[in-house]
Amino acid sequence: MIKFSFTRRSAGEVIFDVVVFILCLFVFLVIAYPLFFVIIASVSDSTLVSRGLVIFYPKGFSTFGFHEILKDTRIWTGYRNTFIYTFGGTALNLALTLPAAYVLSRYEFRPRRFLMMFFVITMFFNGGLIPTYVLIKGLHLTNNMLVFILPFSVNVFNLIITRTFIEHSIPKELYEAASMDGCTHFRYFFKIVLPLSKAVISVIGLYYLVAHWNDFFTGLIYVRKNELQPLQIVLRDILLANQVFSQGAGAGGAAGGYAQRFADQVKYGVIIVSTLPILLVYPFVQKYFEKGVMIGSVKG
Amino acid sequence: MDSLQTQSSTNIVKNKKLSSSIKRDYQLWLLILPAIVVIFIFNYIPMYGIQLAFRDYKFDLNIIKTLSGGNFRGLFYFEKFITNYLFMDLMRNTISISLTTILLGFPAPILLALLLNQIKNFRTKKILQTTVYLPHFISIVVMVGLMNVLLSPNTGIITHVLSAIGMGDINILGSTKTFVPLFVLSDIWQHCGWNSIIYLAALSSVDPQLYDSSKIDGANKWHTVWYIEIPALIPTIIILFILSMGNVLNTGFEKVFLMQNALNLPVSEVISTYTYKIGILGNQFSYSAAIGLFNTIINFVFLYFMNTISKKYSDISLW
Repeated sequence: MIKFSFTRRSAGEVIFDVVVFILCLFVFLVIAYPLFFVIIASVSDSTLVSRGLVIFYPKGFSTFGFHEILKDTRIWTGYRNTFIYTFGGTALNLALTLPAAYVLSRYEFRPRRFLMMFFVITMFFNGGLIPTYVLIKGLHLTNNMLVFILPFSVNVFNLIITRTFIEHSIPKELYEAASMDGCTHFRYFFKIVLPLSKAVISVIGLYYLVAHWNDFFTGLIYVRKNELQPLQIVLRDILLANQVFSQGAGAGGAAGGYAQRFADQVKYGVIIVSTLPILLVYPFVQKYFEKGVMIGSVKG
Repeated sequence: MDSLQTQSSTNIVKNKKLSSSIKRDYQLWLLILPAIVVIFIFNYIPMYGIQLAFRDYKFDLNIIKTLSGGNFRGLFYFEKFITNYLFMDLMRNTISISLTTILLGFPAPILLALLLNQIKNFRTKKILQTTVYLPHFISIVVMVGLMNVLLSPNTGIITHVLSAIGMGDINILGSTKTFVPLFVLSDIWQHCGWNSIIYLAALSSVDPQLYDSSKIDGANKWHTVWYIEIPALIPTIIILFILSMGNVLNTGFEKVFLMQNALNLPVSEVISTYTYKIGILGNQFSYSAAIGLFNTIINFVFLYFMNTISKKYSDISLW
């Protein structure tokens, strides 16, 4: 009898579970529905979409938007540029961050504390927009592909995450044993530390990748040449400045009414096309998120 | 630069400890050197250029001389900014956007983490987590573009929903009243899930014995949330709150800039967008550098102030 009453759910607990369920459903719908809507709107008749008739599934199936995107050379130039900047940038980011993190994780390296300070200070102080702009202009990096790759290629937050990971998850005895056998730091770093750090490399690799892919600021401030602009700048022209069609703007003019009807469909399509690559990487890295954020929160 | 290098090499000769460290650990130095160089060039050299805020800008082929500026003007450019007719508007807009973001945006991930933590079914939890983390990876341009199509007057789906419940007669995208709520709510929509990860991790480290013993003491689920889970989150909450106060004047340039239009400009012009317009578009480098420095100083004062309060009352602090 006692056991029975112990497991029986009181009215309060039932209410609790119902509240939890309703809130979860609410959160799920609020976040998932807009994303779902973009997908169905991109393949629906744009007149039906603009009248608010497309709600749960595509209506008047049409791939006009995607055809229009395939024809648009601006998008493809942007895509190509962003690919170069993202892969070149992330490769450089990792090539700089991982060795530095390894060095900062070595307890016996005396200048470690000082170097750590050197890096951490930049998280709280910076020169600000104008001195940075003057410097980059002075180095002739404006209107140059390198501006997307070279400046700020070490993110101190990612550096600390990586350092903490190496410090805590690779046993100290491993280095002692290896160095006894005459293993140098170079060899130890490449042969032992890197293969054991896959989890943290995935996480900071994703952080860097997403930062490059979504970088809009660099193109806006430092680049005037259209052929160097990344995807995000092209997206701004299409989504926000309403320059949907490469020949002539989406709004206004005699053909404007016709064009505007289809402009929205192109916009939905562009949102999907530009976000897809990131979403493809996401599931592979997702299992490391919690770990990555946790390591980052450990005080440096 | 040449003189800098010779100076640093004489320093090394003087400092025997350092030179022996370089000899012994030359491999470690080689591994960290590229990162030091990049940080020095792109983070420290601009700090040297902060003096532009106190001097006239004077172009020179030598970049270091350009960053040192020309004639010393003292606080002239700061005075120019503070006496500018836009100053009060800029301050009011910046503070109202960032304070609303902190007040509403800060508790949201905490509540979400407490909610997600209640889900016992592993698969349901996983699906919900995957969904709520997802918007974090959308770029700001796409995010603002998404808002523009979903909220566009006459054709947006959310506008249709709002007019169905009798609230459709305002243009959400181009109104001075809706700018701040839209900015903050869309921010919560995008980042609330991602920001909840750290709280979820803190909740998963709660000792399971606490739950068991509380049950024996007759606690129901509301009690466990209130007396076990929220107290477990307090240290994380305090640290993150101090950090967010340090950004009180950083409204995030990109999103505000992209959401700006002629109709909402009276409430959407903030310090960072003004700095951009004056400096990059208007080429008034010194004036703009002074505004940027003003912003940084206020942020630091807020951070220091919050940290001191927290240190005094809770023993939790950043330094």
